[in-house]
Amino acid sequence: MARSVDRRPGFSRRAQYGIFTGYVIAVAGFLAGAGLLVVSIVNPAAFSSVRGTASELARPAGEASAETRATGQSVLAAIGAYFQAGRQNAALSREVAAARANAITMQALENENRRLKALLGIVDPAMKPIAAARLIGSTAASARRFAVLSAGASQGVRAGQPVRSAAGLIGRVIETGPGTARVLLVTDPENVVPVRRACDGLPAFVEGKSDGRIAIRLINMGVNPLKLGDVFVTSGSGGLYPPGIPVAVVTEVLHDGGVGHLASDPADADFVMVLPVFQPAAITALGASQQAAGPAPEASGDGGGN
Amino acid sequence: MPLPRLPDLPRIPARPEDIVPQRINRAPSPLLAEGLPWVSVMLASLAAFSPVIASAPVVPPLAFMVFLGWRMLRPSLLPIWAGLPLGAFDDLYSGQPFGSGIVLWTAAMLAMDTIDNRMLWRSFTQDWAVACLLLTAYLLLAAAIAGLAAGYPLPLVIGPQLLVSLALYPVVTRLVALLDRIRLLPLRKV
Repeated sequence: MARSVDRRPGFSRRAQYGIFTGYVIAVAGFLAGAGLLVVSIVNPAAFSSVRGTASELARPAGEASAETRATGQSVLAAIGAYFQAGRQNAALSREVAAARANAITMQALENENRRLKALLGIVDPAMKPIAAARLIGSTAASARRFAVLSAGASQGVRAGQPVRSAAGLIGRVIETGPGTARVLLVTDPENVVPVRRACDGLPAFVEGKSDGRIAIRLINMGVNPLKLGDVFVTSGSGGLYPPGIPVAVVTEVLHDGGVGHLASDPADADFVMVLPVFQPAAITALGASQQAAGPAPEASGDGGGN
Repeated sequence: MPLPRLPDLPRIPARPEDIVPQRINRAPSPLLAEGLPWVSVMLASLAAFSPVIASAPVVPPLAFMVFLGWRMLRPSLLPIWAGLPLGAFDDLYSGQPFGSGIVLWTAAMLAMDTIDNRMLWRSFTQDWAVACLLLTAYLLLAAAIAGLAAGYPLPLVIGPQLLVSLALYPVVTRLVALLDRIRLLPLRKV
């Protein structure tokens, strides 16, 4: 096939100017885009209001598809359940018997815990969830991992609040619009969560690898004590995430840490809960002290350059 | 005008052209003919609001592929600056830092212009090869920009996504070709 000839304007001045203007706009647009890119890398929150409005506009479509997802999954699960009903029934009966014994032990421990806490005078802050909402969209094509939530500032959602599903931690809110909010998922490399091993409290932190898994890094170096199947829960350090939310299960042990799978896959979560910040006073104090200490040297260099 | 006969009613036309029975004295609707490329690219950008909440970048960059498909099928339909508005719209939903779509889409349009000027003959294989080149460059640069914004290099994460995109490109071109036939349906009475 020969190329099309309609790009050769001939002797028409008007057509020639039209093509020239097109090139000028394209090059100017490229340069403007580069400028916007620098602005948004230096200050990631710069265009959050525009993004918020865009998410608001797409919200009905996202909610409809979120409902379709839930229905589709339940249909598939119902079909799958027929194939393994017998085996599952036996396994579940055994599990229920074990869980019943555990529950009684737990109840006793909880009572004892409450009594001991009353003795020491510790009062836990009441963690009432701020909103329950659906995840209505995600950045499936980009290397960054964001999701969009169907609740926003009008429901009391603020930036910085943790988001969890029934099974575990999903991420934290980074931008809010009136009726939607953008969530930074745990699998994003920018999201670092302090955790501890559920069985013995071994401290560590997890960091997203952007490919659906998360890297578990130990705080104490030395012999790697991780084993396959270890469960990590949030530790509450840092004051952002409340303690005890499951985050990751170790699936691969490396020489200096491990790689884990998410405790709660965002694709499976039907509804998610937005929780209040665990220790708002501590976060404010930390921010104030960082501001008082001044910016880091390379950050101030960047600021001078722009 | 004759009434439709009963056996004809449930038949779904095999070709989009069959939807419009009368072709004489008709012309394409200007709104559809001009607007469909833009709307289809923007709808592909909205694919982020799909039922899949992905934990990894697995979905191919559909909007960019549809954009390239239109550019290759009808070189003069989208103006050379079309990357500016369409890239900006894609940035709102893609999760990339704002501006990365504008830069990369405009650069792709300018690159396609250069390629068109250099190569006098076009074929499907060549279009696919050029698309492979542009898609690879687009995904690598987009991941590099995202890594820059996150302060974390993102190495082999985009491998599967890239392979899926390259394999899926011919399907997207077929889809764009179908949309092109819908675009030119003679709906308006002259």
